[in-house]
Amino acid sequence: MSASPNHPIGKSVPRKEGRKKVTGQALYVDDISFAEMIYGVTVRSSVPRGRITNISFAGDTPWDEFTIVTAKDIRDIGGENYVALILNDQPYLADEVVNHAEEAIVLLAHPNKYLLEEARRNVRIEYEELPAILTLEDSVDKKEIIWGEDNVFKTFLVDKGNVDEAWTNADLIVEGEYFTGAQEQLYIENNGVIAIANEHDGVTVWGSMQCPYYVHKALIKLFALPEDKVRVIQTETGGGFGGKEEYPSIIAGHAALLSLKCGKPVKIIYDRAEDMVATTKRHPSRTRHKTAVTKDGKLVAMDIEFVIDGGAYCTLSPVVLSRGTIHAAGPYFSPNVRIRSSAVATNIPPHGAFRGFGAPQGIFALERHLDKVAKAVGLTPDEFRRRNFIQQGETTATSQIIREKVDMAGLLDRAFELTGYHEKRQRFAKENEQSRVKKGIGFATFMHGAGFTGSGEVYLASVVGAEATSEGRVKILAASTEIGQGTNTIFAQIASEALGVDSDLIEVAQPDTANVPNSGPTVASRTCMVVGKLVESAVLALKQTLVGSGLLREDYSQSEFQEACRTHIEKFGPLKTFSTYQAPPNIHWNDEKYQGDAYGAYAWAVYVAEVSVDSLTYEAQVEDFVALQEVGRVINPVLATGQIEGGVAQGIGFTLFENVVWQNGRMANNQMTNYIMPTPADIPPIRVYFEENPYAYGPGGAKGIGELPMDGPAPAILNAIENATGVSFDHVPLMPEAIMENLTNVLHGITL
Amino acid sequence: MRAYIPSYQLVTPPSLGEALDVLAADGGVWRPFAGGTDLMVLLEAGKLPHKNYLNIWNLKELRGIEVTAQHVTLGALTTYTEVQQEKVLQEEFPMLCQAASETGGLAIQNRGTLGGNIVNASPAADSPPALLTYDAELELISLGGARWVAYHGFHTGYKQMIIRPDELLTRIRLPRSADKLQHYYRKVGTRKAQAISKVCFAGTAQVRDGKIEDLRIALGSIAPVPLRCVKTEDALRGSELNQPAIAQARAVLANEIVPIDDIRSTSNYRHQVSLNLLEDFLRQLSA
Ligand SMILES: Cc1cc2nc3c(=O)[nH]c(=O)nc-3n(C[C@H](O)[C@H](O)[C@H](O)COP(=O)(O)OP(=O)(O)OC[C@H]3O[C@@H](n4cnc5c(N)ncnc54)[C@H](O)[C@@H]3O)c2cc1C
Repeated sequence: MSASPNHPIGKSVPRKEGRKKVTGQALYVDDISFAEMIYGVTVRSSVPRGRITNISFAGDTPWDEFTIVTAKDIRDIGGENYVALILNDQPYLADEVVNHAEEAIVLLAHPNKYLLEEARRNVRIEYEELPAILTLEDSVDKKEIIWGEDNVFKTFLVDKGNVDEAWTNADLIVEGEYFTGAQEQLYIENNGVIAIANEHDGVTVWGSMQCPYYVHKALIKLFALPEDKVRVIQTETGGGFGGKEEYPSIIAGHAALLSLKCGKPVKIIYDRAEDMVATTKRHPSRTRHKTAVTKDGKLVAMDIEFVIDGGAYCTLSPVVLSRGTIHAAGPYFSPNVRIRSSAVATNIPPHGAFRGFGAPQGIFALERHLDKVAKAVGLTPDEFRRRNFIQQGETTATSQIIREKVDMAGLLDRAFELTGYHEKRQRFAKENEQSRVKKGIGFATFMHGAGFTGSGEVYLASVVGAEATSEGRVKILAASTEIGQGTNTIFAQIASEALGVDSDLIEVAQPDTANVPNSGPTVASRTCMVVGKLVESAVLALKQTLVGSGLLREDYSQSEFQEACRTHIEKFGPLKTFSTYQAPPNIHWNDEKYQGDAYGAYAWAVYVAEVSVDSLTYEAQVEDFVALQEVGRVINPVLATGQIEGGVAQGIGFTLFENVVWQNGRMANNQMTNYIMPTPADIPPIRVYFEENPYAYGPGGAKGIGELPMDGPAPAILNAIENATGVSFDHVPLMPEAIMENLTNVLHGITL
Repeated sequence: MRAYIPSYQLVTPPSLGEALDVLAADGGVWRPFAGGTDLMVLLEAGKLPHKNYLNIWNLKELRGIEVTAQHVTLGALTTYTEVQQEKVLQEEFPMLCQAASETGGLAIQNRGTLGGNIVNASPAADSPPALLTYDAELELISLGGARWVAYHGFHTGYKQMIIRPDELLTRIRLPRSADKLQHYYRKVGTRKAQAISKVCFAGTAQVRDGKIEDLRIALGSIAPVPLRCVKTEDALRGSELNQPAIAQARAVLANEIVPIDDIRSTSNYRHQVSLNLLEDFLRQLSA
């Protein structure tokens, strides 16, 4: 072990890039400029589905000054007009047909931004409209076939035991249907890129993004270039939440197409209106539950049908569906479980990655439904869950044996103690009789798997490098991005802990596909647990090299470490070590049957919400919120708490405020004036508690937490609203207008 | 920024006289630009068709709050921050202060003006219901002279007003009342702060011996214009404050308003909440 007592894991080390951000020195893509750089904009479809019959360039715009790109230009350069991802069905630029409103058709570039906006309005596109599918229901009912043979991008079947035979053993069968809406990520920084492309050097892109290698992969196809001719560099990024997982591949391709044609650097920055109307959102969903229980409240069978609306193209829907499917049965043991899921097509802009990735949708349905089942069996929501919580050694829906210690009942006890749950249940029931404002308390119990699903991590085979510098510093080489969540800081903490040197000595390289290996996308709560572990092993390999070469003794001081780096580089040249992902032992996954170890580790959580509903205005306010979770080891308490607080706030938005208003397949409220996210005045104190149970295969024992806090708020809040009003609501967002429609009978404002 | 900026013009006249000259010169070519908090939003979105603006921010005749025995008179450029700080307003016209405190955030309150709120003529604006219940009057000035008009009746239809293109709104006058009024203001927005109203209710009343001697009610976000609910007022004026009167008032108001559906809310919701707020107002009076 090292001589210097450096144990930064578990300490709230300040954010590595924090000083630069608060002093305005951090450079976001819109802060960056190149000589000769000009601007690009996108002209988009105005109809949800149709055939393009004519494109004309009208008005008094000096068109000869403009660079104009259409699908034809992609043909001319011999590129592939699709965004390479899973099914490759989404074109970079619509060619002949459009499949959703706001689909990109024409790109324009010009040095004058203002003139460019005038020009954008002067491009006239005519269509022969085709019948469109605008809702999940219509897609499922095949009112029109708009994608493939059946409107279905992907289906999964999880089958445990025998559900069909289980119904007869049940004392009670309870059914329910639940819906969730779209949600906008609302990162502070909109999508933006700069591209420089030419025949000689290939394509280089700087931009705000989560996954540089996704962009890299897509640009290789678009430009038919070899890997080394495409370079993607992440600039400081003002949030992502999944919204910059797949979309940057599109805007990067657009800027690069313009740049290649005009021979100049091209910058495209979306304004908020364009970012909201044209880019991805959370998948709307419909979940149907049919649950069999015994009269003493034991689960006998769970039959779940889960459908998500993927929008017009496949994009990441199969992966979102996968996570949603696996989480749909929650942290409970049931001998028989069947989950049938599908992602279907509609003619609205493709839905995409968003924190939680399908899990919040399924968990909302399940945790609402279990309150309903509990009521039907005559048990309290908590007692019913206690009888069914999964225990160590039992199996999940995918028949994964839970090997780690899990204690959902213990978490529930602690969460109830922290909130005074039982006392409040009683008190509110009494007070509500007299009061205009109805109070309630509710909770949700859930789990969230960290890392890619099933064999995903094995296929990814992520790599992280560590490089020593001659000043004796260590540089972490990874494509994992800092998007506000703290990647840089925790990587430095993990490396510093492993090497026993100050975290100031650790640098995290800017993600640049020319300089860093592919450590996989920054998604799926995998950066800390999976990539962090690779950081740990890469730096340990570096140390081993130094020790092995005889330059460093086992028990070293920081200055000895630095000295050894220096000498090693002098003697042998650059010193770099790499570490490649290896699955922990005993992880087995069957992709065909969807059975086995879906995730290496789960975080476990109990969230409790207290609400009040004003019977004058039907507004629901969350008054108190407790988020208790077991997440392995907490690497950085301040950052981890921030993740949970932010996720809960985003979850409250998803539940009570954020309502995408669709008109003819287009988001009508694409401004922050009318798409309502909660302000601090709408958010209660969020009380965050961690329990730590170190995970053997995470760095320092850590699991993932990024997505977890998105799962619990919606069901906890709606369960609390049912407790307050006696009315059970089955959809989010739950707006006051909907509460009114259901409550006037019950509450009738103030009864006369 | 979606607007083509070079096509816009902003001129700053040094005095009120010159401002009126410019407004009169080519009728309708120039329009006032006060705090800009409504205009800039449209500009950014590329939705500001009118191109020529007259910056009135420096006209001192449009500033300041003057208090006499009969009136409190506010310059049209009075900001929401200034409204909230004025003692007489806090004491006698508290709903205007409350409206100001619930308008936008601090930056908007420092820059947005009462005059701009009135002439922008959004049916969802938050000061108009208070101004209507306080029987505000407006001073309109052109080269031809000044005239005072009642605020009630100023808006004639959606974004239609009796102000002429050559006129400036210079002052807003609130008559002071010797009687002790009760005030009830409630903004129901899309969230707790920084919100556009879905329903905005303002009511004042004078109650003596369980009887409503006088009352005034106005609603925002319910009709194409901020609405003074005259029929409901008439039904309640002089009546006892009791259960049947409240039920009767709900019924009258239900007939007086025809709220709309829009991107922010539904007609049903606006309808129901307006009635609930009316009832709450009346109950608080009896309390
Ligand atoms: C973030 C944000 C939040 C907001 N929140 C609220 C809110 O909660 N409630 C609310 O009611 N409003 C709100 N507003 C709208 C706006 O701030 C108010 O309407 C404000 O009072 C407008 O005043 P202004 O001086 O900025 O008007 P400007 O934008 O300068 O002008 C608005 C209109 O009035 C005309 N005008 C202005 N002054 C005069 C005058 N003296 N004579 C003749 N015509 C004139 C202009 O020509 C223009 O047509 C908000 C705006 C923003 C940007």
